[in-house]
Amino acid sequence: MEIYEFRYPASIAVGRRAHVGVVGSGDLEILLEPAADGQARVRVRTSVDGYGPIWKTVLDRFFSRFPAIAAIEINDFGATPAMVTLRLQQAFEESRA
Amino acid sequence: MAEAETTISRGLIWLRALTGGEGTVAGGPASVRYAEAPLGDGPACFLAVVPDAGGRFPRARHGEVGLLEAWTLAKLVGDVVAADEGRVRRPIVAVVDVRGQAYGRLEELLGIHQACAAAVDAYASARLAGHPLIALLVGRAMSGAFLAHGYQANRILALEDPGVLVHAMGKQAAARVTRRSVAELEELGNTVLPMSYDIRNLSRLGLVHRLISGIDPGVPSAADVARVATELAVAVAEVRAGGGGLDLRLENDAARKTRAASLEVRRRMAEQWAGDGAGA
Amino acid sequence: MNAGATPLERLLARRSFIELSARERAREILDPGSFRELLGPFDRLHSPWLEMQNIVPQEDDGVVIAKGRIDGQPAVVMAIEGAFQGGSMGEVAGAKITCALDLALKDNELGTPTRPVLVLETGGVRLQEANLGLAAIAEIQAAIVALRRYVPVVGVIAGMVGCFGGMSLAAGLCSALIATRQARLGMNGPEVIEQEAGIEELDAADRRLVWSLIGGGQRHAVGLVDELVDDDAAAIAGAVRAAFVRGLPARHRSEQVALFLDRLAAVDPAEKLNGPALRVLWGKGGSNG
Repeated sequence: MEIYEFRYPASIAVGRRAHVGVVGSGDLEILLEPAADGQARVRVRTSVDGYGPIWKTVLDRFFSRFPAIAAIEINDFGATPAMVTLRLQQAFEESRA
Repeated sequence: MAEAETTISRGLIWLRALTGGEGTVAGGPASVRYAEAPLGDGPACFLAVVPDAGGRFPRARHGEVGLLEAWTLAKLVGDVVAADEGRVRRPIVAVVDVRGQAYGRLEELLGIHQACAAAVDAYASARLAGHPLIALLVGRAMSGAFLAHGYQANRILALEDPGVLVHAMGKQAAARVTRRSVAELEELGNTVLPMSYDIRNLSRLGLVHRLISGIDPGVPSAADVARVATELAVAVAEVRAGGGGLDLRLENDAARKTRAASLEVRRRMAEQWAGDGAGA
Repeated sequence: MNAGATPLERLLARRSFIELSARERAREILDPGSFRELLGPFDRLHSPWLEMQNIVPQEDDGVVIAKGRIDGQPAVVMAIEGAFQGGSMGEVAGAKITCALDLALKDNELGTPTRPVLVLETGGVRLQEANLGLAAIAEIQAAIVALRRYVPVVGVIAGMVGCFGGMSLAAGLCSALIATRQARLGMNGPEVIEQEAGIEELDAADRRLVWSLIGGGQRHAVGLVDELVDDDAAAIAGAVRAAFVRGLPARHRSEQVALFLDRLAAVDPAEKLNGPALRVLWGKGGSNG
């Protein structure tokens, strides 16, 4: 297991917290909560070691498109980058629903 | 794999020692022993599951809790509850030395889960009816076998001895499943308390009411037996003075440290439980 | 469901319960709009033991506790998430279920007939929390026995994990047990038996064989499961409601000691008994009598 933390400048306010996914094979759990400090803060716990650069790429890309002002916690159990992006989108949409 | 049973069952040794009898049950399997004997200032009932090389079900011949053992425990405990209807309910002592539930295809087909559920039911119902229920751990207390025979007790007493083991899975199997060596697994138990096989660590989790040290579990002296009987009688008296639930397992100093998460769940769920105009 | 529909129409109208998460399953069982989760993911009560062993936790520890209503009556659903650590019971997961059962008991003692439903999708004890998992299961079992003196405790086993280990005993204590054909109910999982007793005892990869021994259909046919339902959310929610309408059985299955001792006496352990033969030998019935 490895833990990573990321921060991004953010500009889109989210209305409410959102929870998606499950810590099961090839999947991940995301907890997204509105934040007050104008940033996106992401904490990743992942079961797969050595993928820090890939997490950075995936998250860089997501937050360049959806700079949500939010605290995000990710519990990952080997999700693919596509799955990570899908779950982030779901969480983001749910938080604005 | 079934190992040869080279030594005599500790369950049988202690059942004999505490009751003075063999506890064989007419019409029942030889693997389940039941005997009545005085304990403290009143009569008590003692149960043990022991090896029976001639047992009907081959996979339950070495001291496992199999189909017949579990249903028979349920019957014997149920009989005690029925016999004591309307009078002082006798204590029930589960003498525990069980190497596991019986693993087999026939056992699964015939519903060993239901058999063990019946034993759990009988013990839990006896406790709820007011029978002080004490588990005395003298040997192995493994997994589902311990659930069926002992783990419903008001109080768990254990001999402090390396041969007294409580766990969800045998060491070899657990090592295979968690991809560790047996040595690594034992080491892990020192830092991750619930992974330990050591009875002293189970005690640190607040699950053992009393550890009894300095007893020879295989060849107990008369003094050893007298001490254990006294501890059992004390536990019975405590239970009579208290309630019938299992709350004590969490309400002790050890559990407050090591099962803090369980207590946190209890506290916070109770807070959230009420206030339920929800969906009315 | 429209009774006049063709089998194909009924099949197409089905909504799989098996494919739902534990949270969605709880929502399906409760009356619409009544779902309220207790100790959800944002309460962040996850396992304190998994991270110590470098295993990623899940914030609800794989158990969803949801209060709500069933047929207008207060209810609590305790649903295990089979996708997280095989639905295994650790300290927190187990404590959540025990605590919900205990609070439902307190409700019932005080005159509020809170209805408990267990959605069992579990391999049993979580090995990384071994002794606390085992202790938690013993406490769940104690709570079920105490609660079902007041109100039926209804168990649902949908699949695909099934219900194994100590939690299969919890299933055996339920007042009513509902299963699909995809479900399995057994104490020792097929893999464990193969490992402990050898492949000649049981080939765990032989799915047909495994289901013929411990599958939902077989369990129902021999009276170890009460209701066999399709993998359909509405059908399962309906079966849960029906179980509460039926109320407490005259005797719980786990109290039918004489019946099962007789049934065992009729079996010859030397014979290689299989699922179909046991259906003949034990037939149906005895489950709720």
